[in-house]
Amino acid sequence: MYSFEPNEEQKMLIEAVGKYAANDLRPAGRDAEEGGSLPPKLINKGWELGVLQASIPEAYGGFGDRSAVTGALAGEELAFGNLAGALVVGVPSLFALPILLGGAEEQKQEYLPKIVEGNWTPYTAALIEFAFDFDPLALKTTATLAGDEYVLSGEKAYVPFAKEAQAMIVYAALDGVTQGFIVPKAAPGLTVADEAEKMLGLNALPTYRVKLDGVKVPKANRIGGDSGLDFERILASMRVANAAAAVGVARAAFDYARDYAKEREAFGVKIAQKQAVAFMLAEMRTEIEASRLLTWEAAWKLDTGKDDANVDAYLASTGAADMAMMVTDRAVQILGGHGYIREHPVEMWMREGRGFAMWTGFAMV
Amino acid sequence: MTIEFEAPKPIAQTQFVLKTVAEEMMRSKSRYFDDHEHEIPWDYIEFMHTAMKAMGAGSLAPKERDNGHDDGEQKEKRPPIAYQALAAQIEMLAWGDVGFYLVTPGGGLGAAAVQAAGTPEQKAKFLARFMGEKPTLGAMCMTEAGAGSDTSSIRTRAVLDEKTNEWILNGEKIFVTAGDKAFNEYEKLGKGFLVVWASIDPAAGRAGMRSFVVEGGTPGVKVTKLEEKLGIRASDTAAISLVDARVPFDHILGSPTVEKTTTGFKGAMATFDATRPLVAASGLGVARAALEFLKEKLAESGVEIRYGLPRQKLTNIEREVIDCEIMLKSAWLMVLKAVWMADNKHPNALESSMSKVKAGDVGTKITQKAVEILGPLGYSREFLLEKWFRDAKITDIYEGTGQINRLVVARQILGYSGAELR
Repeated sequence: MYSFEPNEEQKMLIEAVGKYAANDLRPAGRDAEEGGSLPPKLINKGWELGVLQASIPEAYGGFGDRSAVTGALAGEELAFGNLAGALVVGVPSLFALPILLGGAEEQKQEYLPKIVEGNWTPYTAALIEFAFDFDPLALKTTATLAGDEYVLSGEKAYVPFAKEAQAMIVYAALDGVTQGFIVPKAAPGLTVADEAEKMLGLNALPTYRVKLDGVKVPKANRIGGDSGLDFERILASMRVANAAAAVGVARAAFDYARDYAKEREAFGVKIAQKQAVAFMLAEMRTEIEASRLLTWEAAWKLDTGKDDANVDAYLASTGAADMAMMVTDRAVQILGGHGYIREHPVEMWMREGRGFAMWTGFAMV
Repeated sequence: MTIEFEAPKPIAQTQFVLKTVAEEMMRSKSRYFDDHEHEIPWDYIEFMHTAMKAMGAGSLAPKERDNGHDDGEQKEKRPPIAYQALAAQIEMLAWGDVGFYLVTPGGGLGAAAVQAAGTPEQKAKFLARFMGEKPTLGAMCMTEAGAGSDTSSIRTRAVLDEKTNEWILNGEKIFVTAGDKAFNEYEKLGKGFLVVWASIDPAAGRAGMRSFVVEGGTPGVKVTKLEEKLGIRASDTAAISLVDARVPFDHILGSPTVEKTTTGFKGAMATFDATRPLVAASGLGVARAALEFLKEKLAESGVEIRYGLPRQKLTNIEREVIDCEIMLKSAWLMVLKAVWMADNKHPNALESSMSKVKAGDVGTKITQKAVEILGPLGYSREFLLEKWFRDAKITDIYEGTGQINRLVVARQILGYSGAELR
C-alpha cells in the first residue's frame, strides 16, 4: 500500500519531540550559536526523549526496534527546533547505530547498553576529511592489518565532541573499502586538536580535527569483526538523517518567513499579499514537501531492505541539501534587511542550509 | 495508518499490462500522429475501449459505488485506491504518448465534473454510457477567449426558459480537450457529452456559476475550430460555440438557484482538486520517457551516472541527470500523496495544487534539459524526444497554469481568501 500518515507511536514521538524542539531547543538556539555550546541540562532533556533508546532492542538496554522512517520523523522535528541541538542530542547515535546495524554480537553487548542506559555521554564518529573532494567511499585515512592489529593513519575533520568522547568510530579505507574501527579515548597516536573548529554555521556543535598517527587497535575493534561492515548502508542512513534534518531546518525558515510576511506591511498591505512574496512562499512549501516525501521513501526502503535504498538515500540527501539552501535563502530574502540581522534566526538557518551539502556523517537515524 | 511506499498489487499488475500497450500501441504510432494532426488514432481508441470494458473499467474516472457502474459486490475492507490506480495508469499511458492518452475513451474531465458535482441520478444517467458498446468520450468546456485562469469572468450565459423548462445556453468556449470527439458524431464512437460552464446570474459573480451537461449533437452547438498546437497533436482541442442551445432542466449540475454562497463555483474547484494530480501524473509520464531516453543514449555512448559520488566529483552531465531524477521521483511522490488523500477523503486542495506546480516545473525542465544534453540528437525528429519536449509544456498550462496553482498554494499556506491574495 501507499500511505502517508505516521502510525500512532510515531505521532506520539513527533508530539513529544516537537514540544521539546519548540519549547526548549528553539529558545536556546541563538545563545548556543553565539556561545558555542548548549547547556548540559538541555542536552540531557533531549536525550531522555529516548529517540536513540527506542531504536535499540531490549537485549541491548534499549526499548524498541530501529526504524529509519521513525528516525527521519524525529530528526525533522528536532532540527525544526534547532539544528545544533538536534545533532548534539544525537551524537551517541553516530557510534551506536553503526554497531547496532553492522556490529559483531560482542560489540553490541559491550557498547550498546552502556550508551543507552545512562545519561547522555558523547560517543562519536570520525568520517569527514578536510579536502574539497572528500568522498566517504574513497577515504584518504587508511587502515592496514599488521598481525593482530589494525593500524590507522590519516587526518579527520569535523569530528563532533572528539575531545570528550569515550570512544569513536574512525572510518578508514581498508584495501580501498571504507570500514569502521572503534578507537578508545586517548589511544596512543590519536591527537585531538585543542580548539574546536570554527565553521560557517552550527557553532553549538563542537567539532574537532583529529590526527591518527599509526593508531593501533585490536582486530576485534573492526566493526562487524572479520567480515566487516556494509558501509554503504550506514552511509545511506546518514544521508536519510541529513535529509530529514534539512527538511526540519527548511520548515523552520519557511514558517518564520511566512509569519513575518503576514505581519509586515508595505504599500498598505501585508507583503504576503504581494504575489512576488506569496509565490516564493508557495515554492518553498512545495519543495519542502518534495524533499520530505523523498526522504520518507528512502527511509522506508532502508527499513524494508530494498535494493535501491542506497541510491534513493543519496538522491534524498542531495535534493534536500539544495532545497534547504533555496528555502533558507528565500527566508532571508523575504525578511529583507531584517533577515540579515542576527536578531532574527533566518540568517542562522541560511548558514546551516549550505552545510547539508557537506556534513555527511553528522547525524544518523 | 503508517508510512509506506509499496505499490498495491492491483496497481503493479495493471502497470505491467499498460507498459506493453504503451510500447506496442502508442510509441510505435507517436510520430505518425504528431505529423498528421487531426487524424484520429482509432486503433488505440478501440483497443482501449475493449480492454477497459474487459477489465470492468468503463472510463478513466474513478468509480464510486453509487454511479451505477459497480456490481455492488465491493465488500472487502481494503483501503480505497481508485485515484492512486488512476494516477499510475495515466502516468504510464502518458509515458507511451500523452496525446493518445488524452483521447482515451472515457469521461475525461466531463465525467469528473459529473462525479464531483452531480446527484446520484445524474451520475447514473450520464456516466453509464462509458460502459457501452462503442468507445465514448466526455469533455469539459470552461475556458473562454477572455477567461483562462480567471474562470470567474466566464461570459457564457444560461437562462431558464420557464415555458419549456429548458436552459438556453449562449457563449463561445475554447481549448476544449477532446471536445470534437465528445460532441460530434463519429461512426465509431458512442454519443458523448460536454460539461459547459456558464453563469445563471452574472450579477452574482462566482455564486452564479454552474455547469451543464450538453449532450452530443445538441442543436445550436457547433465545433467551430480545431486548434493546431505545439504538441499533444493526437488530441483534439476544440473551439465550441453555443447559440440558443437548449438543454433539459435536470442537466444542471448543482443547485438551479443562486444562493449567497459560492458553492457552484466551488464545485468546479473541487473537481480540480481531484483532477490536478492526475494531470500532474500525465506530465510526469512524459518526463519519465524523456529522462529514460536520455539515460539510454548516454549509456550507449559509455557515459555512466555514478550515483553516490559527492557533487564535487560528478561531471556536469551526471549532476544534471541526478537532479532530474530527484525532481521526477519527488514530484511523483507528491502526486501519490495527493491522490492518496483523495482516496481517503482528506481535503487535498494544497497537496493537489502543489503536485501540479511541481509536475509543471519538472515536466518542462526535464524535457528541456534532455534535449539540451543530447544536442543534435535531442533536436532531431529522428527521435521522439523533441516531441516530448513539445508535449510536456502543456502540463504547466492546462488544468491551471503553474502560476494559478502557485496562487492556490499560497492562499492555502497563508490562510488567505481570493480577496486577500489576488
